[in-house]
Amino acid sequence: MLKTFHIGGIHPPENKLSAGQKITQLNLPKQVIIPLAQHIGAPASVTVRKGDEVKVGTLLAKANGYVSANIHSSVSGKINKVDSAFDTSGYSHTAIYIDVEGDVWEDYIDRSDTLIKDKLMTPQQIIDKIADAGIVGLGGAAFPTHVKLYPPPECWATVLIINAAECEPYLTSDHALMMEKGEEIMSGINLLMSATRVGEALIGIENNKQDAIRHMQQLAKEYRGIKVVPLKTKYPQGGEKQLIEALIHRQVKSGELPISVGAVVQNVGTAFAVYEAVMKRKPLIERVVTVTGKDVARPSNFLVRIGTPISQLIEAAGGLPANTGKIVSGGPMMGRGLTGTEIPVVKGTSGVLLLPEKDAKRKPARDCIRCAKCIDVCPMGINPTALMTATEFSNWEAAEQNHITDCIECGSCAYICPANRPLTDYLRMGKRKVMGIIKSRKA
Amino acid sequence: MNNLYMAPSPHIHSGDSIGRNMYGVLLALVPAFFVSLYYFGLGALIVTAVSVASCVLFEYLIQKYLMKEESTVGDGSAILTGVLLAFNLPSNLPVWIVILGAFVAIGIGKMSFGGLGRNIFNPALVGRVFLLISFPAQMTTWPVPEVMSMNYTDVETGATILTLLKEGSGDLPSYAQMLLGNRGGSLGEVGAIALVLGLIFMLVRRIITWHIPVAVIGTVFLFTAILHAANPAFASPPVHLLSGGLLLGAGFMATDYVTSPMSRRGMLIYGVGIGLLTTVIRLFGSYPEGMSFAILIMNALTPLINTYVKPKRFGEK
Repeated sequence: MLKTFHIGGIHPPENKLSAGQKITQLNLPKQVIIPLAQHIGAPASVTVRKGDEVKVGTLLAKANGYVSANIHSSVSGKINKVDSAFDTSGYSHTAIYIDVEGDVWEDYIDRSDTLIKDKLMTPQQIIDKIADAGIVGLGGAAFPTHVKLYPPPECWATVLIINAAECEPYLTSDHALMMEKGEEIMSGINLLMSATRVGEALIGIENNKQDAIRHMQQLAKEYRGIKVVPLKTKYPQGGEKQLIEALIHRQVKSGELPISVGAVVQNVGTAFAVYEAVMKRKPLIERVVTVTGKDVARPSNFLVRIGTPISQLIEAAGGLPANTGKIVSGGPMMGRGLTGTEIPVVKGTSGVLLLPEKDAKRKPARDCIRCAKCIDVCPMGINPTALMTATEFSNWEAAEQNHITDCIECGSCAYICPANRPLTDYLRMGKRKVMGIIKSRKA
Repeated sequence: MNNLYMAPSPHIHSGDSIGRNMYGVLLALVPAFFVSLYYFGLGALIVTAVSVASCVLFEYLIQKYLMKEESTVGDGSAILTGVLLAFNLPSNLPVWIVILGAFVAIGIGKMSFGGLGRNIFNPALVGRVFLLISFPAQMTTWPVPEVMSMNYTDVETGATILTLLKEGSGDLPSYAQMLLGNRGGSLGEVGAIALVLGLIFMLVRRIITWHIPVAVIGTVFLFTAILHAANPAFASPPVHLLSGGLLLGAGFMATDYVTSPMSRRGMLIYGVGIGLLTTVIRLFGSYPEGMSFAILIMNALTPLINTYVKPKRFGEK
C-alpha cells in the first residue's frame, strides 16, 4: 500500500502535459521587472538607484526585518526606474525595472557545472549563505527559507521532509528538476540536513512520476539518511500538514507548526536553490517555470530569469491560444488568476497555466443541497459549507468555533461542489477576517 | 486578446452537478421500476407517470409564478420526488389522490421552505404520510401482484407481509418471491434485488456513501435478530429486511442529501435512529410499517445532529 494522507482529498485530472519536456533556457528579455515583495513577510528595501549599473547577482534590495528576503538582479544592465508594477497578487507594488544589456555575472558566483557534494560548514554558515542568497520556498508560498531553518526555542527537528509531491495538476517543474538536477538536489538536501541537524530526510514523490522516483532512489543510495518515499497520487498531498502525515503518520495539530512533530518541510526546488546558494554562491535569480494548458502549442519547462514578463514565456511555448479565458500563475487548484501577460515571473512562480474560456468560466451557483461532498473531500476535516454560511452572514463567532482558521485554501471543496458554490472564496475571506479578530484580541 | 476571467482559485471544477446526482439516482431506480411494471402492470405506470408529471408541473408553476425565480426544474429533483412518491404508493391509487399527494410533496414539503436544499423533511415522504393519514383506506389497500396486469383501480387486493405479521395470520410469501418482488406493497418497494442493484450503482458512482444505508439495514437486522432470538413470535431479520419499504427507504429516501446529516458520524447516528424507530413501530406500534415515520422523525433531528456531530478534524485526537 502506497502512503498518503488520510482525511479527504480529491483526484483531479492530472494533465501533466509538459511531463518529460527537458528544461530549456529562456532567452533574456529586453527588460525585467523585479518586485520587492516576492516572499511572505516584509518587502525588501531597495539598495540601488535609477541609473545604477548592475550585474547578474548584484544585490538590489535587502531583507527588511526577520521575515524577509534579499533580492538580487537576475540580469546585467541599467536600472531604468523604481516604480510600481502589477504582480501576481493582482495589485501593484513597488518593483525595480532593469534594462538588460549583455549578460555579465558578478565574479563571486561559481558558474561551472562541477558538482560539489561535500563542504565542511557549520549550520550557521549554511543558514547565513541561504539568507544572503535570498532563498524562499519555491513551492508557491515563498516563505523565506532561512527563517524556517531556525527552530523555535525548545523545539528539535528530527526529520527533514522534502516536498516533491507536485500534486497540482498540470505543473511539472519539480519533476523536470528532479530528472535533470537530481545530484544537486541530493547535495542540497544534505546541506539542509546539516543546517537543521537532522539525520533523516524523506523525499515524498507521488507515484504519477515513476521515472523521478526511480532516478531519485538510485541517487539516494549514495547519501546516508536520505530516503525516497513513493506516495499515492492524491491532491493536496503537497500541503505541508498532509505531506507530513503521509510520510511520518503524525498529524500536526490545529494552529501548530510542523516542528511540533519534529518535522521541517522544504520544497524540492528549494533544495536545489539551496545547493546553488551554498555550494555555488549563486543567489536566487532564476527558476524553472512550467508553461502549459490544453491548447498551448508546446507545453514546456523553462529556466527563467526572475522578472521576465510572462508574455515572453507564453510566446516561447507557442503563443497565447485564441480561446484563452484565464491566465493562472501557479497550478489550477491554488494558483492566482492574472490581470494580463505583462506580469513578471517571481521567485514563487511555479507555472503559467492558460485555461480555455470554457474551463475558466464558472457556472452559476445554486443553493447548497447539503450533499456533504465538500466535507468528504476537505483535507482538514472542517465543514466548508457551514463555514461559507457563517462568512456570508458575518457570523465570525461560529466561523471561529468551527475552525475556519484551519483552512489551507486548497480548493477541494469548490472543485467538488455539485451546486458550483464558491466555497473556497468565502472560506479564504472568512479566514482572513477571523485571523484579524484573533490578532486584535491578543493585542 | 479576449477579456480574461478574474476569479480566485480553484480554477477548475470537477464537472459534478445537481443534475448529475439527481439523474444518477433516477437511473438507479430504473430496475426497481421495471419490477413494478412487471408485477403491477398498468397501475404502476399510471401512478408513476401522474406523480412525476404533477411534481414537475407544481414545482415549475410555484417557482415561476409564486417565487418569481428562474425555473430549475431541469435539475431532475422534482422528477426524483415524483418517482419516489409514486414508489411509496399502492399501484391502484386513484389519479386525483396521486395529484394531491404530489401537491403536498412539492408545494408544502419542498417549495414552501424555499425549494431544493432548504426543506427539512423528505418531500416525497411528506406527500406519502399526508396521504396515509388522510386516506387510510385507499393507502392500505394493496394490489396482489399479477404479471403485467392491465387492471388499475379494479385490481384484486390482498395483505402485505407486514400486515400479515401484525395480524399474526396467513402465509408469508417465500424468500424467492420477496427477493424478486412478487409480494404486496407500495409499487416501488417490492423488488429487493433491483433496489440493491440500484444502491450499488449509487455507491459506485459516489452519489452517496455507504454510511446511511448500512446503518439503517444493520440496525434493523441486529435489533430484529435480538428480538427474534428472545421471542420467535417476532419475525426473523431477513423477513424484516425484505418486507415493507425498508430497502427503498434505506437506499433512496433516508439518503436524500438535503434532509440527512452531513458528517459521517452524524450519518451513522441518523441511520441507527431510523433503524431503531422503524423496528419499534413495526413490532410495537399500531401501524404495520414505520419506515416513513422513522425517516421523517430523524429528518427533524438532522439539524440537531449537524450542530453537535462534527466531522473529524485533522490533528484531532
